[in-house]
Amino acid sequence: MSLTLLNVIVAVIIAIAFAALNAAYLVWAERRGAARIQRRPGPNINGPFGLFQPPLDGVKLMAKQLLIPGGVDKVLFMAAPVLAMAPAITSFVTLPFSDLIVGHNMHIGILLIFAFASIGGMSLLFAGWSSRNKYSMMSSVRAVSQAIAYEIPMLITVITVVMIAGTTDLMGIVKGQMGGFWHWNIFPFKAGLFNPLMLMSFLIFFTCSLAETNRAPFDLGEAESELVAGFHTEYGSMGFGLFFMAEYANIVIGASLTTILFLGGWDCPFGFFPGVWWFLLKIYLLIASFIWIRWTFPRTTIYGLLNLSWKILIPLSLFNLLLTAGLLKVF
Amino acid sequence: MIFEKTKQALQGLFPQSEKTPVTALPPAQEDAAESKKTPKKEEPRPDGVVERDYKVHGYHLDAQVSPAQLLEAVSLLDKAEFFIESITGVDWIKEDQMEVIYDFNRYDFDLCRVVIRTRVPRSNPVVPTITDIYAGANWHERETHDFFGIKFDGHPHLIPLLLPEDADYHPLCKDFKV
Amino acid sequence: MSAPIKLRPDETFILNVGPQHPATHGVLRVKMEMDGEYIVNAETVIGYIHRMHEKMGELKTYSQFLMNLSRMDYLGALGYSHGHVLLIEKAAGIEVPERAEYIRAITVELNRIASHLFWFGAFVMDLGGFSPLMYALQDREYILDMLEAITGSRLTYSYYRFGGLYNDVDDDFIAAARRFIPRMRTSMKKYHKLVTGNIIFRKRLEGIAPLTPEICRKYGASSAVARGSGINFDVRKNEPYSVYPEFDFDVPVFHECDSLARYNVRMAEIEQSLRIIEQGLDKLPGGPIMPEKKLKAIKVPPGDYYQAVETARGSFGVRLVSDGGKTPYRLKLRSPTYSNMHLFDESCRGMLIMDALAFMGSLDLVIPEIDR
Repeated sequence: MSLTLLNVIVAVIIAIAFAALNAAYLVWAERRGAARIQRRPGPNINGPFGLFQPPLDGVKLMAKQLLIPGGVDKVLFMAAPVLAMAPAITSFVTLPFSDLIVGHNMHIGILLIFAFASIGGMSLLFAGWSSRNKYSMMSSVRAVSQAIAYEIPMLITVITVVMIAGTTDLMGIVKGQMGGFWHWNIFPFKAGLFNPLMLMSFLIFFTCSLAETNRAPFDLGEAESELVAGFHTEYGSMGFGLFFMAEYANIVIGASLTTILFLGGWDCPFGFFPGVWWFLLKIYLLIASFIWIRWTFPRTTIYGLLNLSWKILIPLSLFNLLLTAGLLKVF
Repeated sequence: MIFEKTKQALQGLFPQSEKTPVTALPPAQEDAAESKKTPKKEEPRPDGVVERDYKVHGYHLDAQVSPAQLLEAVSLLDKAEFFIESITGVDWIKEDQMEVIYDFNRYDFDLCRVVIRTRVPRSNPVVPTITDIYAGANWHERETHDFFGIKFDGHPHLIPLLLPEDADYHPLCKDFKV
Repeated sequence: MSAPIKLRPDETFILNVGPQHPATHGVLRVKMEMDGEYIVNAETVIGYIHRMHEKMGELKTYSQFLMNLSRMDYLGALGYSHGHVLLIEKAAGIEVPERAEYIRAITVELNRIASHLFWFGAFVMDLGGFSPLMYALQDREYILDMLEAITGSRLTYSYYRFGGLYNDVDDDFIAAARRFIPRMRTSMKKYHKLVTGNIIFRKRLEGIAPLTPEICRKYGASSAVARGSGINFDVRKNEPYSVYPEFDFDVPVFHECDSLARYNVRMAEIEQSLRIIEQGLDKLPGGPIMPEKKLKAIKVPPGDYYQAVETARGSFGVRLVSDGGKTPYRLKLRSPTYSNMHLFDESCRGMLIMDALAFMGSLDLVIPEIDR
């Protein structure tokens, strides 16, 4: 498939549409899920099951004035929400949803996604720094230290998977796991490789993706009972809307990556009818667990969070990396 | 037990009170009937320690001290492990005096509530602060200063607490008109 | 986790937590001098909703002032009314029928549970857990419905009168209260499973903000703040009033001195309040709820009177200085949170801001009650 301009434009438009739609309806799902967990109805007025709520919210946010407080760094202030959203959308282009549905498959797909994820961290720093608000500033410092701390175990875990698959191509990683759930990376009895720690690797990756997306219990960047609303305290209208959508787009990316790296992508657990529906089913199950966790757990502390990463997750993931390398050599 | 000890300790502040027996002080037992017949004798109460009927008044010991004796009396209670309940003022405009009332209580079951009161002239209401002894007196004293204009000498931070920071009035003084 | 010791003034910054801040639960402002996330110094600024209840007390007659007491603390209003009516009854020598006292005790304890439930939800919300609040509010709703049926209002009750009550309880109330007790006990088990055992929750509270008994004494702390520091002090036991000596209940005391101890005390208190309600319903005598003889305008003989009661937030005291007139000469309201909040300034030094706000939540603040 040759890369034409049309291809790229279509892929990007689809990615934007998919990301925006997902973001909008994940907000709805989150609110309904939270309501279900908290024994209340949630949004149920607009349309059946409140399904018109997200577009109406979008209209409301867009109709609002984008207020820029006095004394802020205007360029960074305006750039930050865009910087939060843009990499999230771009990452969708390389994500393979099935062996046919992929915007543009690249050999270094996984590296690309992590490169973009770092830009997301930068947007939080910009937002907090430019807001000229002490709470935002503290929040952005927290968010960045958190992003750095959790990218390390995440990447080490990814390296483990890449070593097993022998490729950084996301499509290739999934293809290596085809043929039923016992071939998936999460399970220790993967054909030809017996690594009992892969389940733990999956948990590390899942925890890190919670932390990377600033979700509870690791939502220290927002921490509304301490830092008001964290880095987006000063944002209103679509500036806030973009941060909000970026959060949900990042959740989708996190869930997709977890699925691709550990849960066999679009592979069916029992070996028949592999396809995009399995992929979607898996990511939405993961997203549901994201929502479930958020509404169940209280928030950790910043030192608890950093200790978890530096003292537990990084050593464990490093150990698993070594073990996997050794096992690959032996078998 | 602690009641007796505290009473003796507080009485130690008043050397002359041995001459005038404690029980003979005027307002020791004032029940409803008696005070109705004798409307107000209005002779100022001398400094000293009075036992009160807990069932009627809600406290056991009532010590009136001079502002100079205040710190000593409060440190006595501090040593006896009392905790500070509140500080408040009363404006006795007819007598041209301000009264500051300190409430102390105990955490244990040896119940003994002590009230320490001191009177200062209305024109120059200055009382030494007890924040050095009880850190928790800080807000109570600021509040009393807000409401009555009583100055607490040596208070570290005597600015309005409950009233607005530019308040120049003292609402609980009896000559304050709403 | 200790703050650096030596700091130049240009190395710190001032952070205003409040007057509008999600963690302060009202208009409370804490001016914090921060070194990064560590608090170097804090100064609490209160008085944003000061309403001068004490002056109102001097201007209104005793009965007119009665409803002000429930406006002090909107979560545990009955306890405050109770203190006031007890004081006036004691000072003016008004006899209260036994039935009225029992109903007072039952309703105060119900109100205490409602207040603790709200605190529980709000406290966990301070720590970032949203869902328990909704569960707690649902249980609280049962109490509010019950109290609404007999008092006519849901938050600011003016249910007590000098000498008795405004309205007798009916069978519906008694049946509802009896149904409520087992339901609440089931809920408590659920809360302990859901929240108390949660590892993140425990990690955030264990060993945080230790308050020594000495600090409690110097500041006059009461309620769970004192009882979480190993001080066995509950006005209901230490200075028995009303019909509390008739009830068999315990005062939960925890010796860990940390935020978790304060949490545990309040959670255990809910169970003790349930026990009091249970016994109160069993022992509830018949008879009138107001004195036989109709009371005329209340006058209190001259003198100085004090009454302390244990409200949901601690030892609440009313001091009345009477000159024999129709209105009090001076009415002092000693609010428990005022003292409990005061120790925050000293205790939060060197803490991380998130720990300090968790600590603030564990003090169970109701701002109108501090400001009066």
